[in-house]
Amino acid sequence: MNEIFTMEDICKSYYTGYEELKVLKHVNLIVYKGEFISILGPSGSGKSTLMNIIGCLDTPTSGKYTLSGINISETDDIQLAKIRNKEIGFVFQSFFLLPRLTAWQNVELPLIYSGIPKNKRKEKAVDMLHKVGLSDKINNLPNQLSGGQQQRVAIARALVTDPTILLADEPTGALDQKTGISIIKYFEKLNKEGKTIIIITHDINVASYANRTFNILDGKLSEQVRFSNVL
Amino acid sequence: MFFESIRMSLKNITKNKMRSVLTMLGIVIGVVSIIALITIVQGATKNISNEVIELGGNKIYINVFGTALKQGLTQKDVELIEDLDNIRGISPTISGKATVVYEGKLIENVIVEGKNEVYFKADPDLLSCGRTINILDLESKNQVAVIGDNLVKELFFGVNPIGEKLIVNGVTYTVVGTFKASTGFSLGSTNDTVAIPYTTALRSLGVKSISTLDAYLDDTSLADQTIVEIKGILNRAFNYNEDAYSIYNMGDIIESFQSIMSMMSTLLVGIAAISLIVGGIGIMNMMLVSITERTTEIGLRKALGATPFAIRLQFVLEAIFLSLIGGIIGLILGMLLAFVLAEVMGIKAPVSLSTNLLAIGFSASVGIIFGYMPARKASQLNPIDALRSL
Ligand SMILES: Nc1ncnc2c1ncn2[C@@H]1O[C@H](COP(=O)(O)OP(=O)(O)O)[C@@H](O)[C@H]1O
Ligand SMILES: [Mg+2]
Repeated sequence: MNEIFTMEDICKSYYTGYEELKVLKHVNLIVYKGEFISILGPSGSGKSTLMNIIGCLDTPTSGKYTLSGINISETDDIQLAKIRNKEIGFVFQSFFLLPRLTAWQNVELPLIYSGIPKNKRKEKAVDMLHKVGLSDKINNLPNQLSGGQQQRVAIARALVTDPTILLADEPTGALDQKTGISIIKYFEKLNKEGKTIIIITHDINVASYANRTFNILDGKLSEQVRFSNVL
Repeated sequence: MFFESIRMSLKNITKNKMRSVLTMLGIVIGVVSIIALITIVQGATKNISNEVIELGGNKIYINVFGTALKQGLTQKDVELIEDLDNIRGISPTISGKATVVYEGKLIENVIVEGKNEVYFKADPDLLSCGRTINILDLESKNQVAVIGDNLVKELFFGVNPIGEKLIVNGVTYTVVGTFKASTGFSLGSTNDTVAIPYTTALRSLGVKSISTLDAYLDDTSLADQTIVEIKGILNRAFNYNEDAYSIYNMGDIIESFQSIMSMMSTLLVGIAAISLIVGGIGIMNMMLVSITERTTEIGLRKALGATPFAIRLQFVLEAIFLSLIGGIIGLILGMLLAFVLAEVMGIKAPVSLSTNLLAIGFSASVGIIFGYMPARKASQLNPIDALRSL
């Protein structure tokens, strides 16, 4: 099987004043192509911290992280920007859409930084919005969209560069249950089409859609043995 | 991506209109003052030096105060000076005050100057009509006069003065020419003067000797040497008493005047440049505020793959546009101000291309210099810290 990334002995500490806060403790994780992984844990357990390291938005205090064969701790800012642009699609809990840009302009953003020409960008962005079911909202501003629609725009933005891996940090956290389930179902469909996906959640229902689930508690990661796997 | 950055930075400038305008104001004021100051000072310098040159850059002025034994120069002394190598001609002046009468109209205390033909030849533009005083007039001590513009207006209203009889201190002169009206800063205004042949003046004004001489030079660069030679003659004439006369050279006066003016303009521009720097600090301040406000946006853009360079470019461009727009507005207002001031002062002050380029270049570099630090700060933000700042 193809490895997307490997984490070996990853630790992350924050320093507040003189105190060291160990948020991640010796995390080991290998993710393979085509997997749909959920990471489950209570608030404050270190889920987002782990996800940010996977998404190259943050760096571990110690340990080795290899993504698509590249040792991330040895890359410079420019390479890192390229990796974030090409390899990773990030979906945030609070969407992070730019309020002054329309839906398609938000989706187009990562393509600007890939150096794709303007007319191609719009075509791709509109195409992606069509895939997430927002064909009739391409010219809407974020505040003219419902929460679920905004999250779909954010998903379209994460997918528009066709990244190696899609990371979603509590993508349903700000949505009602029905909308949340429809988003997760969409992820399931994407995974069936071959996309590697990791989602973070504290909702067991949401986690159950994945094919592998990890628990994180107090910074320690452990794989949840599935009933179906045992059988 | 470059055009994208331009679009984004312009969009941000237009979004915060009030703030952008206030920020630009600093640059506008700086550029207006630089343009107006440079233009006016350059214009004034040029105008004044032109006038002075018109008076005679190739002239040496000799003033004689005399001694108890000898009150002024004799005809012979003047001839000695005239015979020097570098002298093209000598124009002595004998002046006195007189009462002038024409057909019952009387003006007192009019300046009457005895001149020779050299004076009139030196400046072919001197007269508005009639003829000059010529060698024949001098040799035969003719009673002819060339009169100034104010006298024409006062005495000869509605009459052609040429050929009319004018009574100066009881002696009748024929008006043969009129001086052009002198304008502006003119030091040697002829507006109130009656000029007569100096030979005539020696007799009729009761003056025995010559006390003012203008020596016209062939070669201005040899002025210093000529002055030495003239001094030699004057020393012999006045028994080596150096207090008996003074000599000065118009070229020297022009040079020192111009160097003072250029020092002034450097000083003024320096002061104006300080206001531009203050404007630049305003831009830096606005950029820092803008970056703090948009930390989340910066974090998001970085998370989506913006390189530090892309972020820097966007913010530096924003600063450059702010200062450049300010610079262009300042340029236009500065030219208007310079134009108005020039009109008020009655001088010609065209805005030179180099001044424009200076102002535009200056404001653009203020944008780059003061925009770079905040832009760098933005580009170095850690994406996750930036995203979390919300
Ligand atoms: N920048 C930071 N500085 C200090 N402590 C932090 C920082 N970011 C996160 N933490 C702490 O790390 C812990 C884990 O945070 P996080 O990964 O966001 O948890 P989760 O996403 O599981 O709710 C929390 O206790 C949080 O307070
Ligand atoms: Mg979290």
